[in-house]
This record gives sequence, C-alpha cells and structure tokens, in this order.
Amino acid sequence: MTFITGATRRAFLATAGGGLTALVVAPSSVLADAKMVADEIARLYGGKSFKEGRIKLDLPSIAENGLVVPLSFEVESPMTKADYVKTVHFFAEGNPNPQVASFTFTPFAPKAAASIRIRLAKTQNIVAIAEMSNGDVYKATKEVKVTIGGCGG
Amino acid sequence: MATPKPRVRIPSTAKAGEVIEVKTLISHEMESGQRKDSSGKPIPRKIIKLFIASFNGEEIFRADWYPAISANPYQSFFVRVPETGTFTFQWVDDDGSVYKSEHKVTVG
Repeated sequence: MTFITGATRRAFLATAGGGLTALVVAPSSVLADAKMVADEIARLYGGKSFKEGRIKLDLPSIAENGLVVPLSFEVESPMTKADYVKTVHFFAEGNPNPQVASFTFTPFAPKAAASIRIRLAKTQNIVAIAEMSNGDVYKATKEVKVTIGGCGG
Repeated sequence: MATPKPRVRIPSTAKAGEVIEVKTLISHEMESGQRKDSSGKPIPRKIIKLFIASFNGEEIFRADWYPAISANPYQSFFVRVPETGTFTFQWVDDDGSVYKSEHKVTVG
C-alpha cells in the first residue's frame, strides 16, 4: 500500500500494540457465538432459505494478527437495474458483536465487490449473506484460524 | 485525537464507462468500546460507522461499519465513470462528524 506513509504506519502499529495489551489485561468480555449470528440473520431474513454459490470470499485460512485481517469478496451479478446485488452482510461467530460490516450496492456500482480489514478476537467462522434485487439470498461461510486475537472485535 | 485524514486513490482521468477500483483509507482509532483504560474503566466506543461513495450526488455504494473494523479503516470498491464528474466520499463518525473527500474525474 503505497499511500500508507511512515507516520501513519507507526501510529497504526502503536494503536495495534495498545489493543493487544488491553486484551491481555481484560479478556473478560462476552463473545458472540454461532447462535447470536444465526439470531441476527433470522431477524433480518426470517424463514428465508439460503442458496449456495455466487459469493466469492477471500479471507486468510490462518491470520497471525487478529487486529488486521484482510477480507475481500465478490458476488456474481450482472449489476443492472433489473438484476443487481442489494446488500452483503458479514457476521463473526467469535467476536463481542456478531456484526462486522454491511455493504449496500446500487446498479451504479459495476461490481458487487469490496475489500476491508477486520478484527477477529479468536479462531472463528465468518458468515457472508448476499441479498439480490429479486429477493434471493445467498450464504457463504469461511473459518479463519487466529494466532493472536484482536481485542474488541 | 487529530482530525481523521482521509486518503483516496482514484485516477483523475478515465475512459467513458471505464470500471476503476477506488482505494480509501482514513486515520481513525476505531475505539471498539471493549477496551479498558489503566484504571479498569471501559473506554467508550467511538468508531466511524458509515462510509458513502457517490458520483454527481447519486449514491453508488455504502458500507455500515461495526467495531470489528480495524483501526485506520481501509475500504476499496469499484465504480464506473460514465462521464466527467465528481466522486464524493464521506465517512460518518459516532459523534456525528462527517469527513469528506471530493475527486474530479475527467473523461477524455
């Protein structure tokens, strides 16, 4: 990443170090579990059945540092006014909160794809749910093994 | 904390209809609300909770962020450049502040 200057990188590393210290001192927070994620998905999509496929998830199988885990995805779609990806939600089964991020696309976006960096408190499953403009809902899951947990996911 | 500084990587010229990847980064602690200070008091949550990308005032893409987003949040995504115009990127903080970055892209 050429646009991370030395100064911000140092600031970032300082923040990351602080997070790790706090995790060691205060590991008492209650973590989410698979049921909390399932409840949140049920709240959003009720009794809908989920389809397989179309979601390409790019997450490391092993993350050495849970504070910064790269997450990229692409959902197959023509992205036209008649047929596009409306929303993509990400959930974490082992963080303090089940939600990670939700992306809202429009037909003006040429691709339903994005990249972010996330915090993972421990080894856990990441669940992706993609809702299409016709109401179909797709689901994908990937496990990420975390060596050093990121505090406060 | 210093005012968060957005950085955006986007070309200033493009071909009509060209699809480009926009890469953004903003300096922000993304305090999750889970950490405690040295006296054991919880540090209150303060994160950027929303990112919005638009072109000539029309929304293209938005991201709702939760405390699971890493400090100094990175967000990349794709846009199409239909014509010469201005892309606006906005980050909305928990405290209501909006950090904004505008980029003109010329089709030629």
